[in-house]
Amino acid sequence: MIRIFCPHCGHRDHSEFTYFGDATVKRPSDTAPGSEWSEYVYQRDNPRGKHEELWHHGMGCRSWLVVTRDTLTHKITASRLARDKAGRR
Amino acid sequence: MSGKAHRIDSGGRIDRERPLRFTFDGRKYTAYEGDTLASALLANDCLLLARSFKYHRPRGVFGAGSEEPSALVTVGSGNRSEPNTRATTVELHDGLVARSQNAWPSLRFDIGAINNLFGRFFSAGFYYKTFMWPGAKGWQFYERFIRRTAGMGVAPPSADPDRYERIEAFCDVLVVGTGPAGLAAAATAARSGARVIIADENAVPGGAIRSGIAAGDELRDWAAHIVAELESLDNVTLLQRCTAFGYYDSNVLGLVERLNEHVAEIPAGQARQRHWVVRAREVILATGAIERPMLLADNDLPGVMLASAAQGFLNEFAVCPGENILIYTNNDSAYTTALALAPHARVTVVDTRSECSQALLDACHGANVITFFGNQVQRALGRQRVSAAALNDGQKVACDALLLSGGWTPTIALHSQAGGKPRFDDRLQTFLPGEPREPWLSAGACNGEMATAACLQQGLAAAEAALDRLGLTAARLELPSVAALEASAIPGPMPEPDGKCFVDLQNDVTLDDVRQGVSEGYASAELLKRYTALGMGTDQGKTANLNGLAAMAALRGEAIPAVGVTTFRPPAAPVTMGAIAGRKHGEHISPVRHSPLHAWHQKHGALLSDAGLWKRPLGYPRDGEDRRAAALREAAHVRNAVGCCDVSTLGKIDIQGPDTRELLERLYVNRFANLAPGKARYGVMLQDDGFVYDDGTTACLGEQHFFMTTTTDHAALVLRNMEFALQVTWPTLRAHACDVTEQWAAIAVAGPRSRDLLRAMLGDAVSAERLPFMGITDIPWKGHSLRVLRISFSGELGYELYVPADCGELLADELVRAGEAFDLMPYGLDAMDILRIEKGHLTGADIDGNRTLDDLGLAAMARKDDRFIGAALRKRPGLNDVQRNKLVGLQPVDPQQPIVAGAHIVAEKEPREPSVSLGHVSSACYSPTLKREIGLAFVRGGEVLHGHTVHVTNPLAGTHVAVKVVPAHFFDSKGERLRG
Repeated sequence: MIRIFCPHCGHRDHSEFTYFGDATVKRPSDTAPGSEWSEYVYQRDNPRGKHEELWHHGMGCRSWLVVTRDTLTHKITASRLARDKAGRR
Repeated sequence: MSGKAHRIDSGGRIDRERPLRFTFDGRKYTAYEGDTLASALLANDCLLLARSFKYHRPRGVFGAGSEEPSALVTVGSGNRSEPNTRATTVELHDGLVARSQNAWPSLRFDIGAINNLFGRFFSAGFYYKTFMWPGAKGWQFYERFIRRTAGMGVAPPSADPDRYERIEAFCDVLVVGTGPAGLAAAATAARSGARVIIADENAVPGGAIRSGIAAGDELRDWAAHIVAELESLDNVTLLQRCTAFGYYDSNVLGLVERLNEHVAEIPAGQARQRHWVVRAREVILATGAIERPMLLADNDLPGVMLASAAQGFLNEFAVCPGENILIYTNNDSAYTTALALAPHARVTVVDTRSECSQALLDACHGANVITFFGNQVQRALGRQRVSAAALNDGQKVACDALLLSGGWTPTIALHSQAGGKPRFDDRLQTFLPGEPREPWLSAGACNGEMATAACLQQGLAAAEAALDRLGLTAARLELPSVAALEASAIPGPMPEPDGKCFVDLQNDVTLDDVRQGVSEGYASAELLKRYTALGMGTDQGKTANLNGLAAMAALRGEAIPAVGVTTFRPPAAPVTMGAIAGRKHGEHISPVRHSPLHAWHQKHGALLSDAGLWKRPLGYPRDGEDRRAAALREAAHVRNAVGCCDVSTLGKIDIQGPDTRELLERLYVNRFANLAPGKARYGVMLQDDGFVYDDGTTACLGEQHFFMTTTTDHAALVLRNMEFALQVTWPTLRAHACDVTEQWAAIAVAGPRSRDLLRAMLGDAVSAERLPFMGITDIPWKGHSLRVLRISFSGELGYELYVPADCGELLADELVRAGEAFDLMPYGLDAMDILRIEKGHLTGADIDGNRTLDDLGLAAMARKDDRFIGAALRKRPGLNDVQRNKLVGLQPVDPQQPIVAGAHIVAEKEPREPSVSLGHVSSACYSPTLKREIGLAFVRGGEVLHGHTVHVTNPLAGTHVAVKVVPAHFFDSKGERLRG
């Protein structure tokens, strides 16, 4: 069981969250070619070590979080709201 | 019979005033309150308890606790029987019934023991190599015979009748173990005011103090005092009979507490076991150590056991394992056992070393313990129980108990589950905990510290360190002084004997098997484990692993750490499946969602069914009607008069904010920017991959206020995707989405007479002029707001009525009352399905995640601006292949011949012809309107097959039905009825 820090709710069991993968992938523009979109939708690295990833606190405050987790140890070193990461507020 | 295991007249924690009766293999025995099954049978001189896994060799008690590899029995009877229970951990209660396993016809005379004679054939890998012939099916054939003879106990015949529960717990400090180190740690943490949970797997606390290995009156009194204090403190939870079996990420531990295993009958309403999921800020592991056996031939004879186990039986249960005891050792700790047993039996010690400490030697002389140094026991002798030991100088020493003491193995399973690789200690010849990966601290014997005074000190220090990390201040704790005569546990040589010597008693793995594995190239600990089963099973090799590794290392001429150590994974001890399931079984396996109209459905005789987590009415069968008849009647009635149907399970999302229109334009493929207040629109959503995943309706309530409905299935996913859009993809959009699914009850009213009914009930607000098709309006109604949306899923003139959830029943009752004049009839999911198939409307059966807009015939809906989610990838060449399977209608050539959803479509006329699937049927029904069978399907090329005849094949039912491909609208394809 991983425990994830939610800026709104505190430390919570991972069963309250849904995993959504790499948070660093850049969404292509509406007019980008299909190859770029294909890369964005289907291709993900599987890094060993630190990984910035999206988690949805669906059983809590329903925030999307960007969590920095070590894929080797499951150690979480940072956790913030995806909205804040995107530069708002 | 040469000697006798026996009960001593005084001592132990048994209650001699309270005798208990129990049976083993049908034979009656008596023992005392406080006994375990193992101590009780030993006290009755019953040594033969089991037959071994593979060779059916006679086995007795080898250990005294959870490390027991041999004495596996089945306890209880019927559905309450539990196989493979370790007799050493079964607390006796009056009337307990236990049986031996893996023996036929009896434990004493077991036919299967013939395997023992053919031992050379049954060595490591035997099954893998032998029973593969002739080909892949070979193993499947032999397996059932092998399973019958090689194995463990039998699972109970049906469901476990007992109750189990799970508790979620939080604490500052979790202490595992209540030996000297654990008690010192727990007391220090408890006195600081921290929230402390202490778990100990035994019935009573104390660890080595309980078993007498850590001896002394002052120590015992101190422990009793500390336990009483811990029990009295509000910030402390002291759990006995509670095993920590799993150490998971983020300092979450799994514990199983045996609440009512030790009683004859579980008190009414109580659970048998409780699964604790503990989230601890700090963990102190004081899990102790388990004695390692010496190796000798025929070391599995009943009467051969660990020295520490014998000492435990003596100290706890006043059972002396024999009258003439031989102890075989390579270290000092065996002498404390010898001295403890000396008052009750003749004791001889054979030591592989040339000497022991002078103090111990003096003590042995004073207690008439005979010592042999520089010698070794080659073989245990006897039939079904030990009667003598053969030394390697040729001497035979008669004995009725042979105790083994080969050093100590720290119990580091939990450490290793949450830590780095264990490190090898040359001095103790064993593995010690590696680097912590979680905030735990280790104290006492599990840390390699065998001196009691140092264990106490380590426990205290660990608690201080943990409290320091928590920002708490440790209170003072006085430690007791410990008896002077403490034995070092540094082991001497452990020679390997000739003959059949079991390294792993539970899995019948011999030294020869290890040698064979190594010679065949299974060169690491992990490989050897899988090849021979060494270290598997209920004991997880607690007494076996280290000797196996040592033997392997010796053969390879390497040091033990070079061959490695196997990975420790949860569970560290056997856990009943019931404890893991807890209350989550049967109807409690997942939550149940009830519509606000649930009681109303029941009152009206609905046939309810599961739809996801929801209970939904399939129909409302009348007297003598079956499900199908009800569906046909209800569907026909909607076409001819008026029906009402609960649609409260639809997902409902309230969206507000100045940028809501922009959000909707992103989510839906079609235009929403121009949706006027008071109007609703059907919309379709894609995922980024270009496939359709949901459809529904969004209504505009005000310039910045929208009300979305989704399918029942995808309500949660749509909301999540919307939150993703607002928080991750386009965080600058000023809009908020809120799930209001459970705030609204919703009832669809459909049929040619629906408007008449609603006008009678609600007045002119619902007239054709004021509420046109796809119009929405809020009407004051009985002090509430009634939202009416004119929309149709059935293809008839139709409305959806929304009221606050707690008014749902009121609305339904009002509809029924006002509907009497219009012949209103409730209809269920089955009728709704018929109506929508007749219209070619889609549900989750058709929108299955593999369909494009074009597949569904909805391509014309897509905006040209390509700003919606999925716009880019829906243009991939593969998704635009004209040969894709596309939506069509099917009409069986014989109108009365049914087809079933899921069946494949082929071109071939004959069912047995080899054929290629051209697609599948996604929905099918009998249409009461058309008086024929119809279906929706996805077929290759779609409309190009219109007018062609293909075949729906169903080899499972043996049917092969000729069908005509037609457009997917069977009824009122122009939509005149719903717009009227």
